[in-house]
Amino acid sequence: MRKQIEGSRAVAEAVALARPEVICAYPISPQTHIVEGLGELVKSGKIAPCEFVNVESEFAAMSVAIGASAAGARAYTATASQGLLFMAEAVYNASGLGLPIVMTLANRAIGAPINIWNDHSDSMSQRDCGWIQLFAAHNQEALDLHIQAFKLAEELSMPVMVCMDGFILTHAVEGIDMPTQDEVDAFLPPYEPRQVLDPAEPVSIGAMVGPEAFMEVRYLAHAKQTVALERIPEIAAEFCDRFGRNTGGLVRSYHCDDAETIVVALGSVIGTLRETVEELRRDGMKIGVLGISSFRPFPLAAVREVLQGAKRVVVLEKSFSVGLGGVVSTDVRLALEGAPVRGYTVVAGLGGRAITRASLASTLRDAVDEKLEPLTFMDLDWRIVNRQLEREAASRRSGPIAENLLRDVGSVASKVS
Amino acid sequence: MVTAAELLSVAAFEQGRYAQAFPSFGSERTGAPVVAFCRIDERDIRLREPIVEPDVLIVQDPTLLHQVDVFQGLKRDGYVLINSRRSFDDLGVGEVVQRFRHERLLTVPATEIALKHLGRPMPNAVMLGGFAALTGLITLEAVAHAIRDKFAGKVAKANVAAATEAYDSVRRAMQETAHA
Repeated sequence: MRKQIEGSRAVAEAVALARPEVICAYPISPQTHIVEGLGELVKSGKIAPCEFVNVESEFAAMSVAIGASAAGARAYTATASQGLLFMAEAVYNASGLGLPIVMTLANRAIGAPINIWNDHSDSMSQRDCGWIQLFAAHNQEALDLHIQAFKLAEELSMPVMVCMDGFILTHAVEGIDMPTQDEVDAFLPPYEPRQVLDPAEPVSIGAMVGPEAFMEVRYLAHAKQTVALERIPEIAAEFCDRFGRNTGGLVRSYHCDDAETIVVALGSVIGTLRETVEELRRDGMKIGVLGISSFRPFPLAAVREVLQGAKRVVVLEKSFSVGLGGVVSTDVRLALEGAPVRGYTVVAGLGGRAITRASLASTLRDAVDEKLEPLTFMDLDWRIVNRQLEREAASRRSGPIAENLLRDVGSVASKVS
Repeated sequence: MVTAAELLSVAAFEQGRYAQAFPSFGSERTGAPVVAFCRIDERDIRLREPIVEPDVLIVQDPTLLHQVDVFQGLKRDGYVLINSRRSFDDLGVGEVVQRFRHERLLTVPATEIALKHLGRPMPNAVMLGGFAALTGLITLEAVAHAIRDKFAGKVAKANVAAATEAYDSVRRAMQETAHA
């Protein structure tokens, strides 16, 4: 049924359709509406049997999810930003133990300076943790990915993080096709654990492993992610057959066949990029967009196949490795090793800065005109950057950077827009 | 404010359109200035940038008129609806709005109408009744449908009544402007 609803509510209802048995979460913006929605659905008996466990922190949320999953329950949690950092140790444990937990990450920047708005720093901080990381381009995809995620996680016995842009998607109200319970039941079989803590057949989970087998355990996790590279598109295809929607998969290309310039991106900015690319194509520019849906496992071959025919590739990312540059860019360059393609990194939208068509169009025109720097910070306010640099040059006690910059920007700008 | 954008998107959805509503995500405290956006289209909306050149501007709190340039980016043939009993001149923005079409600029006493019907100063749904009348982009029936979708029982009924009064009030004001 088609409904006009908030992204968070859509995800809560999709998770409910997956029949989770344990939900544990600690509220944090912009994830809050998702777990509030699930809390209501559990309380009203719409998800049953299911236990909603109120926990005292994100560390506890992931720990409860681990315990529930090890006991054979379908477990779900959600977090964002600092919440993900706080649960980091348990995040690694979930994947290290091979427990198929599904977690929504409502992507948000990481402080300091504290910032509640969207970027991808949080998921990128955990890109090596052994979880599968899927990125939603829009709310329908966010909903669909959750249903696909449970199937993928449980088949492979490894956890899946569904990343959706905080606020931009979680708080956007738009039209969504909501599947029925019967449809989801037919797609997603009951959870059949590979390992379970069962008093009838006692096992221990979580042994200490020394140098004799640690590398092998790690390698097996990598081997599973390699299998995921095959299963992700297959599950997306099966989903499409049943639900009639082409969502998920490894990558999604748009106008890439004849493109000399291809922009690579993750998440909700893909929509704005598609609009921008259409505008640029009307001016005769041969340009396309490659959206990466599966960031871990990273689809090296699929990315290479689309990009290798292009003259230049611009990776537009909402993440930034301080002291290096792009995060996604590094992986994309690896996919293009040896191919004669020029690579550009454009860091954009950090801490919720709006990514506009106008800025994208001018940045991409610069790329085509060979005027773009290899590493560009889109819409960076050089005025306040330089003012701070001057302050630091002029005085040893130049004071806290964030406060100085806010003063330079003026208070109205930080409150409204 | 965020609710108003959501309701507007639901009303547009009811009329078979594609709609996308989203807040500006400022500090999450009551009373802070908040901007919310709504796009309505005949096709799927992929764009995710904030709206910088609106066709319609709804101002729920007229005290912001002198703090922020709310008219920034508004198209020359755009519509403006301000929650106030006073006129644009009395609000001190008479000169600012001269670049727009005067018959598309109106004020509606939404807070007073809300107090009358709801007993609380919640102008969201009221403004949408005014929006329907001023722009003709959505029907009053679709607004009522959206209100009943979001609220239940007495609250829904009172909001529908308030939206209807705002609709009628704006229609009357438009006829007066047309005859003036």
